[in-house]
Amino acid sequence: MKNNLNLRGFSAYRLWAQLPRLEVSRLPDVIMFGAGIALFYGVAVVGRSWFGPFQPAVEISRSVWALPAYAGYSLLRITVAYALSLAFTLVYGYVAAYNPRAERFMIPLLDVLQSIPVLSFLPGVMLAMVALFPGRQLGVELGAILLIFTGQVWNMAFSFYASLKSLPKDMREAATIYRFSSWQRFTQMELPFSAIGLVWNSMMSVAGGWFALMVCEMFVLGPRDFRLPGLGSYLQTAASAGDMTSIFWGVATMVAVIVLLDQLVWRPVIAWAEKFKVEQVESTNVPKSWVLNLVQHSSGLSRIRQKTLRPLGERLLLHFARKHTENTKQVPAQPWREWVLRAVALLALCGIGYGVVRVAIILTGLQKAELHEAALGLGATFLRVNLALLIGALWTIPAGVAIGFNPKLARIAQPLAQIAASVPATALLPVILLLLIRVGGGLGLASIVVLLLGTQWYVLFNVIAGAMAIPTDLKECCSVFGIEGLQRWKKLILPGIFPYLVTGMVTASGGAWNASIVAEYFHFKGHIYTTTGLGATISQATDAGNFDLLLAATMLMAATVVTVNRLLWRKLYALAETRFRLET
Amino acid sequence: MTEPIIEGRAIEKSYPQSDGTRIQVVGLTDFSIEPGKIIALLGASGCGKSTLLRILSGLAQPSSGAVFWHGKPLNEVSPNVAIVFQSFALFPWLTVLENVEAPLEARGVAAVERRKRALRTLDTVGLDGFETAYPKELSGGMKQRVGFARALVVEPEVLFMDEPFSALDVLTAENLRGELLELWLNKKMTTTAIFIVTHNIEEAVMLADRIVVLGRNPARVRSDINVRLAHPRDRKSGRFVELVDYIYKVMTEPDVEHSLPDPESTGEIVLPAGGVKKGDGEVRTNKYQILPHARVGGIAGLLELLHDRGGREDLFRLSEELIMDVEDLLPILEACQLLGFARLKEGDVQLSREGVRFADADIQLRKLLFRTAVLEHVTILKQIDSILKRKSDHTINDEFFHDILDEHFSEEEVQRQFDTAVNWGRYAEIFDYDRESGRLTHTEAHSDSAVAEANIEKQNSPSSPKP
Repeated sequence: MKNNLNLRGFSAYRLWAQLPRLEVSRLPDVIMFGAGIALFYGVAVVGRSWFGPFQPAVEISRSVWALPAYAGYSLLRITVAYALSLAFTLVYGYVAAYNPRAERFMIPLLDVLQSIPVLSFLPGVMLAMVALFPGRQLGVELGAILLIFTGQVWNMAFSFYASLKSLPKDMREAATIYRFSSWQRFTQMELPFSAIGLVWNSMMSVAGGWFALMVCEMFVLGPRDFRLPGLGSYLQTAASAGDMTSIFWGVATMVAVIVLLDQLVWRPVIAWAEKFKVEQVESTNVPKSWVLNLVQHSSGLSRIRQKTLRPLGERLLLHFARKHTENTKQVPAQPWREWVLRAVALLALCGIGYGVVRVAIILTGLQKAELHEAALGLGATFLRVNLALLIGALWTIPAGVAIGFNPKLARIAQPLAQIAASVPATALLPVILLLLIRVGGGLGLASIVVLLLGTQWYVLFNVIAGAMAIPTDLKECCSVFGIEGLQRWKKLILPGIFPYLVTGMVTASGGAWNASIVAEYFHFKGHIYTTTGLGATISQATDAGNFDLLLAATMLMAATVVTVNRLLWRKLYALAETRFRLET
Repeated sequence: MTEPIIEGRAIEKSYPQSDGTRIQVVGLTDFSIEPGKIIALLGASGCGKSTLLRILSGLAQPSSGAVFWHGKPLNEVSPNVAIVFQSFALFPWLTVLENVEAPLEARGVAAVERRKRALRTLDTVGLDGFETAYPKELSGGMKQRVGFARALVVEPEVLFMDEPFSALDVLTAENLRGELLELWLNKKMTTTAIFIVTHNIEEAVMLADRIVVLGRNPARVRSDINVRLAHPRDRKSGRFVELVDYIYKVMTEPDVEHSLPDPESTGEIVLPAGGVKKGDGEVRTNKYQILPHARVGGIAGLLELLHDRGGREDLFRLSEELIMDVEDLLPILEACQLLGFARLKEGDVQLSREGVRFADADIQLRKLLFRTAVLEHVTILKQIDSILKRKSDHTINDEFFHDILDEHFSEEEVQRQFDTAVNWGRYAEIFDYDRESGRLTHTEAHSDSAVAEANIEKQNSPSSPKP
């Protein structure tokens, strides 16, 4: 028998069987080696630029050939900001989930921070960073990165916190009874359990990052003009010059980068995160990614992993395990710690009190005309945002349902909608404005179109998902009983997609308020186009360096968003959770 | 007398309520786990037996009293114990091997040794070949084997099991029970004691050397039996059935003294039924009537079945035939008893005259009979009915009843009590309940006005034919 096998081992058949395997295992290695070299070059270039001297107004080239480098710079900013966001998320979420005292303050704070428009942070953050690193490009760079960070971080932190809170009790108990150290708990339980939520929120966050990036790479702050080389500044420069060809190439690059990111990063990560799903039975429809296959099949990478990460992980694991076994005995709470904590809390309280008083003084110093303008703007923006939401819902609901009910169409339309959603509205603003100014209508109309472009996609792909989730037997039931037309919408479709619709609309509403800052005020071909609105007030105040008005308008906007969330969306969410849940 | 491994002295667990009072989950209890024994803790669902397990294993702290591990306070040492969970509690992102290795990693065992021990344990429970599989690829039985392996790999002194076979189908459970017993009897595991929480009487009699029956509200030891049946135990043998029957009686009729024929060969009753005398150290007894969590459909189904059997049936036979655990059957039986449809007597259930009428009736009459029974026997529905009748608008907010129930039950229990009351009340047509507005509306008022409205419409509509 053994002899037989050996003989077969030398036959031509065996060679054939080996051939494709050889190919597959070499190609990934070659590609990964190339990627390593490219990475090294990139680090060198970036280092030269960032640590170079401060250039107050970099000349932004409009040449197509500058685009790859600009895209690279922008991508790097987003990546660094994302890494920061992730670090912040892990710390903030962890503390909030495990410290009940801190939790009571940290979660409402997150809610408020989430509703402050990103661009309101711009002047403060920029000036602080430039002052911190005088004479270096690093200051402006860090400022931009921090702004992108503020656009990304909050929903990620919230997702991680929520995941930690919903860890199954049994799993926690297993970790306790088997004496997991805090490190083992984190790496083997908490992080994997939160992974899926973190991945999806990361995708949303990075899309939000592009939005902020478009604006903060190039802006005017009082007398100062800040410019950073990147896609955002390229598009703005091209728009100011009215150069349609450059705008086209800029937007095309942007879309290409987003599609590439989707293929090279998000798809593989989603496919990889599939294993973190807490489910009893294996699902049949598993997301796949060719990049993930490539990475997992690269024997070179796996060898590197064997030699570096594995032993490192093992060391850490055992180190923490030993430390944990040593301190199993409960340490009585030390009284001085309690006092330090109290002192810190008191100081924080004093700080908050001081801040509130200062803000109150600033607000009383505002002129009546300014307040009047802000109030009027609030009304205008409120109407505009809701009009955009309404228009968005009106076309996306029928379209989404049609797509969702037709699996073939859904397979094509869903990725397209996702790409459309991740193209930041800020990048498209110049194009829309050019078109609308030609047909007449100006910024009043254009701003609504921009809001719509920035928000409708969330609604669309949520409606698609909702329509796909309606069980077939309910649909069949409607056909059997002859429930058609309006009745079908009222009895089946609208209640069925309701939870998804609410989710989409909440995201869209938040996004629309944020976008109003860019949509209502725009530099274009040397002109400033503006219309009445709270967003315009904020932009104007930034431009003019009127920080008091900026503060007031921002607070007004944040307060409105929080109020609307509490009064409307949360209630609808609760309704979606109870009455409109499709139980399986 | 051997020295106990774990000993709980005067332990008690209660949870503070929002109104400042405390709800007692585990009443004043002494409990010890001795070496060389499989101890089964029996009790109906929600009686606090899992809480007792968590206190004895050191996962939860008792509100008062103390737990000792070899004579030392439990919270000062790290006891060598393991738990097998009902839900398996495996980490779905780790492979079978990684899941089993995880507790060893936590104890700082080096990689090579770890792998060796994990593979050996996997081999013992019959899982070799599955090392690289993820839990979701496995069937329930296989998953629980991983749970066993993970527990055994740390060579625990006491192995705790929290309803380990409840989530499995009957055949798989039987198979796993047999294998566990084989490992234990042939000393293939180093564990010196097993503590298993279950609501399945036969399972307890099959496995255990000592059976402790727990009463509820609050949980406290009701009966304690040393089982003297020799292994392997035969389900069909007379002594086995006698013991099962006895425990059935203890659980269903707690206030009556029962006797066990031939205790020499079946089991020694350490503590007779009735358990600790009432009155000593009680914080709060439930004077309030507790509704068993049974749905109307279940009650009707059982009554029909009994009627078909001539109105009387042995409890054990009944549960065996229905393949229902006591946990599921008991509330339905209690409900039938509460409503006066059936009586329990010496391990038998007997239909009453009302019960026979109910089983014979058609849908409308059944509702009427149920309504009469409910209004006669169920305090809370009586209360609701009279309040709704007295109020001018015949409606009332559900919070009112939550407030009444809050005084007597924990938050979870309040919800279950309320759900059962709503289920019964709706069927009995005492009230309608709108979950969204949280309002109870008197059915008669409702239907009366509906009828009245319909009449008015009839009179006003011109198309109605004139008499």
